[in-house]
Amino acid sequence: MMPTQRFGMVIDPERCIHCAACLVACKAENAVPDGHSRNRLSEQESGAYPSVRVVMAPSQCMQCDDAPCVRVCPTGASYRDANGVVLINADDCIGCRYCVEACPYGARYFDEESGTVDKCTFCVHRVEQGLEPACVTTCPTKTRVFGNLDDPSSAVARLIASAPTEVRLPEAGTRPKIYYMRGDSR
Amino acid sequence: MSDSTGSPDSIDPHEPVINAILTVGPLFKRWAMALVAVVVWAIIAWTWQLYHGLGATHLGRPIYWGLYITNFVFFIGVSHAGTLISAILRIVQAEWRRPITRMAEVITVLVLFFGVGNVLLDLGRPDRALNVVLHPHLRSPLLWDVGSISVYLTASSVYLFIPLIPDIARMRDVTTGWRHRLYARLALGWTGTPKQWHRLERAIGVMAILVIPIAVSVHTVVSWVFAMTIQPMWHSTIFGPYFVVGAIFSGIAAIITAMVIVRKVYGLERYLTEEHFNNLGLLLLVMACLWFYFTFAEYLTTWYGHEPRELAVFNSKISGPFAKFFWTMFACCFVVPFTILANPHTRTIKGTLVASIFVNIGMWLERFTIVVPSLSNPRAPVQTFGYWPSWVEWSLMAGCFAAFALLYMGFTKLFPIISLWELEPMPEAHAPAAARTFQPAEASS
Repeated sequence: MMPTQRFGMVIDPERCIHCAACLVACKAENAVPDGHSRNRLSEQESGAYPSVRVVMAPSQCMQCDDAPCVRVCPTGASYRDANGVVLINADDCIGCRYCVEACPYGARYFDEESGTVDKCTFCVHRVEQGLEPACVTTCPTKTRVFGNLDDPSSAVARLIASAPTEVRLPEAGTRPKIYYMRGDSR
Repeated sequence: MSDSTGSPDSIDPHEPVINAILTVGPLFKRWAMALVAVVVWAIIAWTWQLYHGLGATHLGRPIYWGLYITNFVFFIGVSHAGTLISAILRIVQAEWRRPITRMAEVITVLVLFFGVGNVLLDLGRPDRALNVVLHPHLRSPLLWDVGSISVYLTASSVYLFIPLIPDIARMRDVTTGWRHRLYARLALGWTGTPKQWHRLERAIGVMAILVIPIAVSVHTVVSWVFAMTIQPMWHSTIFGPYFVVGAIFSGIAAIITAMVIVRKVYGLERYLTEEHFNNLGLLLLVMACLWFYFTFAEYLTTWYGHEPRELAVFNSKISGPFAKFFWTMFACCFVVPFTILANPHTRTIKGTLVASIFVNIGMWLERFTIVVPSLSNPRAPVQTFGYWPSWVEWSLMAGCFAAFALLYMGFTKLFPIISLWELEPMPEAHAPAAARTFQPAEASS
């Protein structure tokens, strides 16, 4: 049994080339059903004319420390495991989709086939074996870095300590564990 | 038994009401057949959905709540018709309420089943619905809903049943066969002794008070399912009272609609008089004004705050893809009923009926324009789509309304739709001084 960790990810939008390999890898690794995707590529405009920039970055479940989806689940099917990863116990899920509506990131989807909700698991089945999530392994430009946020020597912790990062929708108060490198720092 | 002025002693003064129970006319049969056809169609649609899963609906990412949840909120709202109205009027001793309480209370109990039913229709795994009891997660507003609606269903069923007892006993005494056996069982040995009357009055008094906070809590909690999330234009502190006001509003409209139909079909003109419709019309007018006040407050603060995410939802309702629903709702909930009901000349039976039908349509649209536009304009920059319900969803909605009408009709064939004992002078000196208007008008025949 590994000691408890706090898994998180740092994404560097400057490195992303929009190749969508992470989408493909995730879909293959987790057998995500047709028409659904656990992660996506988003384009976010910032600034105003004439200094406008478009930040392209992958997005997925933010693995929030204070996750609204976990709070609203009527059966406790949505939960945070010991390592802070937000997971769904599909056997308890009744398919009410309240969690989908409560998530400000639109990270969850409803699988019509199984009648239950699903989302990114940080590839816990891989992480348990000492591997990284499929999207991290497959990325050709090392846009994504995964690791234990509580370990100061981990790559994620060092990145966060060394460069300015931000989280998506901080005003939502969800304390997400996916950080984005800030483009304006370079 | 009260004396029947001018008619032979053998004829029950409330014969029209009793007759309505014991006879089934051709009109009733035709309507029942048509409604059964709709229900059968809905069952086919439901089977289709069970087989194909929720893929049979047009719900999709990110709009996973649509017609079923709209209907859920609408039906739970209408349920405030009975219990709350009848309880409040009972407590303030508005004696004109006497002929309408039963009719209202039946709406409450029946419509609650369809409110709950729509949540079950909306589940991806209805077979696991009991998980909310087996693995309850108390921090979920949905679970609070399960709790408050269960309590409300229980309380309003009791509140419907207790005042029924003397009337059931009356039916027991005039029927034979299976009806007699049924009524004998349900009458719980009622013989009308002073002790029984005393207990009955006490029980009704307690329930009438108890039911009010429960009813208020129910629609408050329904609103919290939305307001507790941070979805734009759901996350509002006034949602609780706003929903309660809307619920009472649509509830009164539902009572008036039911009253007009029952009055016409069973010829109960001398029980349900112009005065009842005038009084309820005034109540509806007050609620229309309250509804306007809440809606105005809600939308003005959203617009003035100019928070971009909120404004996206606001604009989609005011001038965007949902504008046609929003402005129809506004006309139906305020412009039409206010115009009709504020004028004593149009506040007639026909006028209140027209206003009520508009209010019912408008309140359904309000539920729709609360649920769908917020989900169509999510906070995160995700792809969205234009939701329009599928044939399965429409069919199930039609089935719910048809099944409700059928059950209501069925009730009128089993129990007096008008509380008869409450129209008669109390056996002792029970009758309150204010009890003048509850007596049915003199029989014209």
